[in-house]
Parts: sequence; structure tokens; C-alpha cells
Amino acid sequence: MILLQLAADGLLLGAVYALFSSGLTLIWGMMNVINFAHGDFVMLAMYVAFFAFTLLKIGPIFFVPLAAVALFCLGVLVYVALVRHVMRGPMLAQILSTFGLALFLRYAALWAFSANFVSLPDNLVGGVYQLGGIRLSASHLLAGGMALVLTLGMHLLLTRTDLGSRMLAVSEDRVAAALVGIRAERMQALAWGLGAAATGVAGGLIALFFYVSPEVGNAFTLLAFVTVCLGGFGSVPGALIAGLLIGVIESFSAYWLGPATKDVIVFALFVVLLWVRPQGLLGRA
Amino acid sequence: MRFSLRRALIAIALLLAIAPVLTQDAFYQRIAALVVLAAISASAWNVIGGYAGQVSFGHSVYFGIGGYAALLAFTKLGLPPIAGAPLGILASFVLSAIVGLPSFRLRGHYFSMATIAIAALAELLVTNWGYVGGAIGLMGPATPRSPADLLFRSPLPYYAIFLVVLAALLILTWRMERSRMGFYLRAIGSGEPAAESLGVPVRRYKLYALFISGAFTALAGSLYAVMIGFIDPDSGFGILVSVNMVVMAALGGAGTLFGPLVGAIILVPLEETTNAMLGGGGTGAAYVAYGVIIMLIARFSPGGLAQFVPRIAARKTERAA
Repeated sequence: MILLQLAADGLLLGAVYALFSSGLTLIWGMMNVINFAHGDFVMLAMYVAFFAFTLLKIGPIFFVPLAAVALFCLGVLVYVALVRHVMRGPMLAQILSTFGLALFLRYAALWAFSANFVSLPDNLVGGVYQLGGIRLSASHLLAGGMALVLTLGMHLLLTRTDLGSRMLAVSEDRVAAALVGIRAERMQALAWGLGAAATGVAGGLIALFFYVSPEVGNAFTLLAFVTVCLGGFGSVPGALIAGLLIGVIESFSAYWLGPATKDVIVFALFVVLLWVRPQGLLGRA
Repeated sequence: MRFSLRRALIAIALLLAIAPVLTQDAFYQRIAALVVLAAISASAWNVIGGYAGQVSFGHSVYFGIGGYAALLAFTKLGLPPIAGAPLGILASFVLSAIVGLPSFRLRGHYFSMATIAIAALAELLVTNWGYVGGAIGLMGPATPRSPADLLFRSPLPYYAIFLVVLAALLILTWRMERSRMGFYLRAIGSGEPAAESLGVPVRRYKLYALFISGAFTALAGSLYAVMIGFIDPDSGFGILVSVNMVVMAALGGAGTLFGPLVGAIILVPLEETTNAMLGGGGTGAAYVAYGVIIMLIARFSPGGLAQFVPRIAARKTERAA
């Protein structure tokens, strides 16, 4: 029974990992740029949620969309002001640009909000459900469920809509897409917006049950890397499966080996993966 | 004109090099020592990150290994800390071989991501490893037992030692720049598939570069531990240790001989004075500024300040052409 409980907890958390990682994989798939600030986007979204609740007194129904909108704007801004100019430049500039952004966001947050851990009240989304002996807290259930739905939604948006087709066209071949009248710049800005909005929703949801501090971003960035790498760079369904898997791996290793080692397992998994199968589980070589 | 510029630069460099001896103020002497130390690790990073274009965010691992080797030699074996330096360099070779071979199949973004993960992993492991002091870290000797402990009250002897190491590294880099290896590394840096198709033994030379880079970074870590007399997971393996090397090399000019030194001369005094003025909270402010500097370099001047020196910039374009 404990195994089932661990699996359920892991899957719910993993769905949230899948959601913000799908943002990273979307950005990578569209323009072969890695966002080293991805976890720090999640961190900012968590602060948006926290301050929306404490200052504006609004609940999750409003602050999760608010975080999504705020991060969407940030994503578009980052693309327009920074990434657009470096993406065809030297590799050094591509890598340094978002790494510098990560540093800036993390330490600006440290400066503005202090290093103290803050958190939303536990009972904001209260209640625990019993399901055949498994205890599921409402906040985890809400976060996991919403993340699952939105990640699937992202996949459908990319594969089943006109907009998604246009975005995929740009990712296949910018010039050819431009020739048939697709505005590549706009699609790429949109990809950054959507990718960041995914971190916005995920951050708002994680804030329901996780502490907020400027430093949390680093771990989320690495988690997103592992997820995207495991699922295959550029694949949203891959990110979904990988996210769920990593949630479960984390949950089991925290139980068997102690909470301190759960990151060790996941990061080590990442290094080994890059070593043996850089294209991921579902990716093509 | 060209010669007078060069002479002026050499004169300025010499003046800067002896300036700390002339001043009596220990604060400035200490900053000078820290500048040179930072220049060593940034120049070491530059070999793989600048010339070969493999942007590593994991060089803190080498730095930490060097620092821990020095203080482990003291705490576990009772040796002078500097005796740990060769062990640290040896360990850096082993690490380069283990990490370098697999992760060099990766290029560009993938390599950088792998190095971030390896550094985070190393920091976690050291933090949870009681034998090497866990989260608390290790202390050096409190009082000098013999001159070999290299424990001086004045920063000047450290400054002199660091300067010798930096000079050795820069001469090595200078010779490398002009050798076959320098051309290979720059070819790799400007495009790996192209370099490979021209017959450059890409993985072998990247590994050589990593050996040099890692060894000197480990040595810098040992020297840091000898001077400061303390190391913990954060000051040895923390991501900011890597950030310092990257930002200094990139600001001065990644892939240029003196770029990292110039970056260190600009940034270390800036960081030390903000720390002195703002106290502990200053660290955050310095890294906000570093983030902005890195973004500005990436956006406007990927060649760093060296891009504004016409002669160096011209040489770089010749290479590219």
C-alpha cells in the first residue's frame, strides 16, 4: 500500500514537472535554444502567487492565471529583448544570455524578497481524500490534475490547431515558413510566451504546497533539464511521460534513501542519460 | 604607433603588478591577491570555455577538488595544506578523464547543461559526506607550524605566489595559442562538425584542453584554501564559483590571452568594495550586476571588451575568415 501511496504522490508532483518542462521543450523544439533561467521562471511565478495571495487577498482560482499571464509577458519580453538577438549568434552568446538572465532573476529576487523561506497557508486548498487506502491531499490533486490537463492541452494545441501547425512549420524550416506567409518572429515570441506561461501555471500550483525562496529555481531548472532530456528534446508527450516518471523516481528514492538524496538520484540520472542516450526515450537520434 | 601602444600597455601592466608592494594598505593588497587568484581560475576556464568554445558551468568542481585536497592533506594527514595541491591536480586529471570523455560527445547547449548538473551533483555529494566535513567544511591550520604552512599575516606573499602561477599559466596559454593545439581548439570553438571534417581530432584535443583547464583550476582552488584557511561546499563547489570564472573571462574576452585577467581586474575590486560597503547583502547585489553584465555581453559584444581593441578584434575576424 505504501508503494501505491508513493507512486500516487510521485505522479501528481511529476505532472507539475511535466508542465513546466513542456515549456522548456517547446522553446528548444522551436529554436534550439535552452532556457537556463527556466527554473527561475517557476520561482518568479511562485512569488507572484505568494504576493497575489498576501497582498491582493486572491485565491488560487485567480492567482494561477495571474501568474500565467505575468510569465507569458516575461517570456515574450525575454525573447524580444534578448533571445531574438543572440539565437543566430555565436554559441557562447546563446548559452550566456539565458544563464545571465537566471543569475539576474535569482539574485534580484534575493535582494527584493530576502533569502527567507515563505509559503502559502497549508489549508488554502484544504482537505484530504481517501481513495482505497491512499491519502491524497486536495492541493496535490488540484496541482497534478491541472498540470496533466494543461500539458495535454499544450500537446493538442501544437498538433491539432492551425496555430500549432504554424509554430511547427517555423520549427521545421523558418525560411520556408516565411515564404508561405507565416511570421516566424511572431511564432517564436509566442513559443517563449507559452513556454513561460507553462512555468507560470506550474509555479502557481507548486506554491500551494511548496515553500518559496529565491534559490528554488536552480533545482527546478535541473529538473526541467532531466525531464526534457529523458523525454527527448522538443517532444511534449515525451516531457509528460518523463515528468511523471521522474516524479515517481523522486518519491521512491526520497522514501528509500532519505529526502537529501532524491536530488542526487535525479541529477545522476541526468548525467548518465546524457552519456548513453542524449536523444531521450522518445527522441530520434 | 602599434609599438608605443604595446609599450604603454606593458608599462601599465608592470605598474599594476608592483602597485600592491608600494601601498601599505592591507585591504588593497588583499584585493590585489584576490584579483590574481581569480585571474588564474578564469584564465584556466578560458582554455576550454574560451578557445575551445565549450562553455562549462561546472568548473567549480575542479576548484572545490583543489581546495578540499589542500585542507584534507592538513586535517587528515597533518601535512602543510599546499602539499594537497598535487593531489588535487591528480584528482582533476581523473575527473577530466571520467567526465570529459562521455560529456564531450555533447556539444553546445548539451555540454553546458551536463556541466551544471555535474556541479550540482558534486555539491550535494560533498554536503552529505561527513568524512570531508559535510555542510560545515574544513579548516586550515590556525597558526603556522612551519614556513611550509604558507600562513602569512600580510597578503603580499600570497600575491607573489599567485602571480608566479598566473604567469606560468599565461605563458603556457600563449604558447598553446601559437601551436597546432591552439589552431585545433579555435577550429573546434568556431564549429565542431567543420573542424572534425577537416581532420581535427576533436575529442582528443578537447580532452587535452580540459586537462590543462581543470589542473590549473584545481591549483587555484588549493591556493584559495591555503590563503583563506577554510573551505565549505558553497565556497568550493557552489555554482557562483563557476559564475565568477565565466563572467570574468567573458567580460575581458573569452578566447583571448589577457581577457580573463582584464575581467578579474575590473570585477574583483568591484565585488570586494560592494561587499565591504553593503556587508553580507552585498553578495546579492554583485551577482545581480553580474547577471546584467553577462546578458549585455551576450547581446551586444560576445567577444567581451577585447572586441573593442581593434587589433585583437581584427585578428579574431582573420581567424574566422
